[in-house]
Amino acid sequence: MSLFFVGIGVLLVGGLLSAAAGRNGPWSGRLGALGAVVGCGLALAPAVGVLGTGVALESRLPWPMPGGSFRVEIDALSAFFLLPILALSALAAVYGTGYLRPAPRPPGAHWLYYNALVAGMALTVAARNGILFLIAWETMTLASFFLVTYDHQKESVREAGWIYMVATHLGTAFLLALFLLLQKSSGSLDFDRLEPGTHAGLLFVLAVLGFGTKAGFLPLHVWLPEAHPAAPSHVSALMSGVMIKTGIYGLVRILTLLGPPPLWWGWLLVGIGATSGILGVLFALAQHDLKRLLAYHSVENIGIIALGLGLGVLGVASGSHTLAVLGFAGGLLHVANHAAFKGLLFLGAGAVLHATGAREIDHLGGLQKKMPWTAGCFLVGAAAISGLPPLNGFVSEFLIYLGAFRAVSGLGTGVAVPAIAVIGSLALIGGLAAACFSKAYGMVFLGEARSGHAEHAHDPGGAMVAPMLVLAAACAAIGLAGPWVVRAIGPAIAALAGPGDLPETGLLGRVSLGAGAFLALAALLAFLRSRLLAGRRVGAAATWGCGYAAPSPRMQYTASSYAQPLTDLLRLFLRTRKHLRQPGGYFPGPSSLETETPDVCRDRIFEPVFRGFGWVLARLNWLQVGQVHLYVLYIALTLLALLIWRLH
Amino acid sequence: MNMLMETVVVLLILTNLMLLGTSRLFACIRLVAFQGVVLGCLPVLVHSGHVGARAVGLAVGTILLKGVVFPRLLFRALREANIRREVDPFVGYSVSIFAGILALAVSIWTTRHLTIPGPGVSTLIFPVSLFTILVGLFHIVSRRTAISQVLGYLVLENGIYTFAVVIVGEVPLMVELGVLLDIYVAVFVMGITIYHINREFDHIDADQLDSLKG
Repeated sequence: MSLFFVGIGVLLVGGLLSAAAGRNGPWSGRLGALGAVVGCGLALAPAVGVLGTGVALESRLPWPMPGGSFRVEIDALSAFFLLPILALSALAAVYGTGYLRPAPRPPGAHWLYYNALVAGMALTVAARNGILFLIAWETMTLASFFLVTYDHQKESVREAGWIYMVATHLGTAFLLALFLLLQKSSGSLDFDRLEPGTHAGLLFVLAVLGFGTKAGFLPLHVWLPEAHPAAPSHVSALMSGVMIKTGIYGLVRILTLLGPPPLWWGWLLVGIGATSGILGVLFALAQHDLKRLLAYHSVENIGIIALGLGLGVLGVASGSHTLAVLGFAGGLLHVANHAAFKGLLFLGAGAVLHATGAREIDHLGGLQKKMPWTAGCFLVGAAAISGLPPLNGFVSEFLIYLGAFRAVSGLGTGVAVPAIAVIGSLALIGGLAAACFSKAYGMVFLGEARSGHAEHAHDPGGAMVAPMLVLAAACAAIGLAGPWVVRAIGPAIAALAGPGDLPETGLLGRVSLGAGAFLALAALLAFLRSRLLAGRRVGAAATWGCGYAAPSPRMQYTASSYAQPLTDLLRLFLRTRKHLRQPGGYFPGPSSLETETPDVCRDRIFEPVFRGFGWVLARLNWLQVGQVHLYVLYIALTLLALLIWRLH
Repeated sequence: MNMLMETVVVLLILTNLMLLGTSRLFACIRLVAFQGVVLGCLPVLVHSGHVGARAVGLAVGTILLKGVVFPRLLFRALREANIRREVDPFVGYSVSIFAGILALAVSIWTTRHLTIPGPGVSTLIFPVSLFTILVGLFHIVSRRTAISQVLGYLVLENGIYTFAVVIVGEVPLMVELGVLLDIYVAVFVMGITIYHINREFDHIDADQLDSLKG
């Protein structure tokens, strides 16, 4: 346990030293990243130990905070979430040293907030007291706000930062209500003494709203597609890969505290998962900005996680241990998997952005030949996120499928209907995700360069490539070692599903075997190809030349045209706006087509609501006179009136 | 000992009323500094009988900070801003004094209805501490220059300090030091801010600083 605290201390000291190094840019960056890597490494050790032995570590420090106590515990569930958080943080820090060079200004402040974010996340999942939890939660939120606004000279970045700030504080408001109610019903905020009382359902809904805002459940996801593209790429990787998972952690932690769940909690989670998953991937399909597309995929993957958790809750509520284990195993494993492949994809997108300066997919193209390492890693990530074997995304989705098929029969309609919904939506999500990533990979890395940005790109330095390679290897390793991984996280699953053995690892073993055979076959074919081509003349031509005499890059598919059949089919949900100037007449003038897909939830739900609030508050504007004297007078009169009223 | 306490009470009332009736800012600062010195003696006076090293340390610290450091900072700010008098306050000086007497009456009435725990040191010290708080607030509200607002803030703090020292007696040293450090930083920042406001706008009238109003 002390190693964990030392790790957190090293993180914070590293951040402070980096900030203190100030103008000396290179040293500042090195100190900050070194603090992050060493701190994460130290804090990782106890987490790994807890998962290995299954014995929880606990510690309680004196803390003169009313209602609070500095209780920290690493049990299997916390350890399971700590693992991806710390590992990805360390990798992203290494990447960040390369990404922030050449820096417009000394990176000290950036590293201070980066390390504070990591420390906040680690403390959030280890805290065992409501007040400590909320403090760690807010530390995380504020630090990430400052990280998002790194490029604060840009208007769009500032706006994204504010949207993030407002959204996340709304979420925290629900959490405050949740903890206040818990405090009222149990008289303490220590997690082991919390009693849900009579209104567990209300508490669960508050938790879904509060933690769902951070996790990105639809329609609370509005900050994700704004904040992720605005942040520096390694920060996007960290936020999308692990920070939004603290919301999932909060939700499952509250689930363990609220007692046996009724069936409708499972329905709620499955419903949220299905809408977030399907609409998330749909909006991703319609995006032209690579990082925005990835941000919408986070919404989709959070949806898949919610589907798994929903199945798990259904299993617990209906007394089916197998279903509970499969659902929670799928959901939890997808948390780790998403951290690996989404972290990888954001780092890859960052490498592209760093090399070309462009995030618009339609400005890129042909990067595979110029950035082979980045392209290879991105391809692994893209295949993993689409849920294709032999990579890790398949394993977790497979577990959820297995659970859903188990639940279809024998557990009553109350479980069968959501199970069918899970199967249908998961299939749809998988197909659309594959379509979306064939678009993203195809447009960015295949074909020919579409603009001058992409023509002179090259692979980034080792500090940026190595973390991507590690993450790609992790994707493949989890995919191939499915049964062992599930067994390793067994204690965390048991914390949610109840004790008992883990079914179906045998089936997963056969999946691994099949994946291994597939890889061997692919290697054999590649070997054969090289043998057959040896000594022959191999010609090279323009990609997608289609036999034209003079193909030009402008003749390629664009991101919009590739996705157009699907986006047109689903225009009911997407509401894509087209600005079309058609060629017409005998002497056609210039013509153009532009499409944009703004977020429906933001435009239709949040904008009107906030405008309404603005209208109401504008009516109260006369109170604001702008003079300190009068403000103090307000306060003094109020206090005096209250005092006299109380004593009278 | 009780005799001394009564003296402190009388001095507090007098300084408060004088502050309300004074227009020259240098004199105001001196008054507040004097009040600080008087209050600095309180920790020693409260502990009738033996006087611990802690109480003496606190007394010395308070006197140094409130009697020497703050006045110096404020004098400097005032010289740099080149302002001598509070011209044209929102509430006139004689009306201010009447308001002060009214506040004293309200405080006495209020404390009569309060049940105050702990040993009664002096029956008048609680109403007077409340009176000091009210005078501080009134000073903030009724004066125009930023420096008067700082002074009002200090008087307000003096009132809270009086109340705390008398009622609790045993405040942890950390808390006391924390409060002292707090106001030290506050006065420091305010001094700098006043200087900058003056340089930017050629005046330190806080009522004209409303351009950020929505």
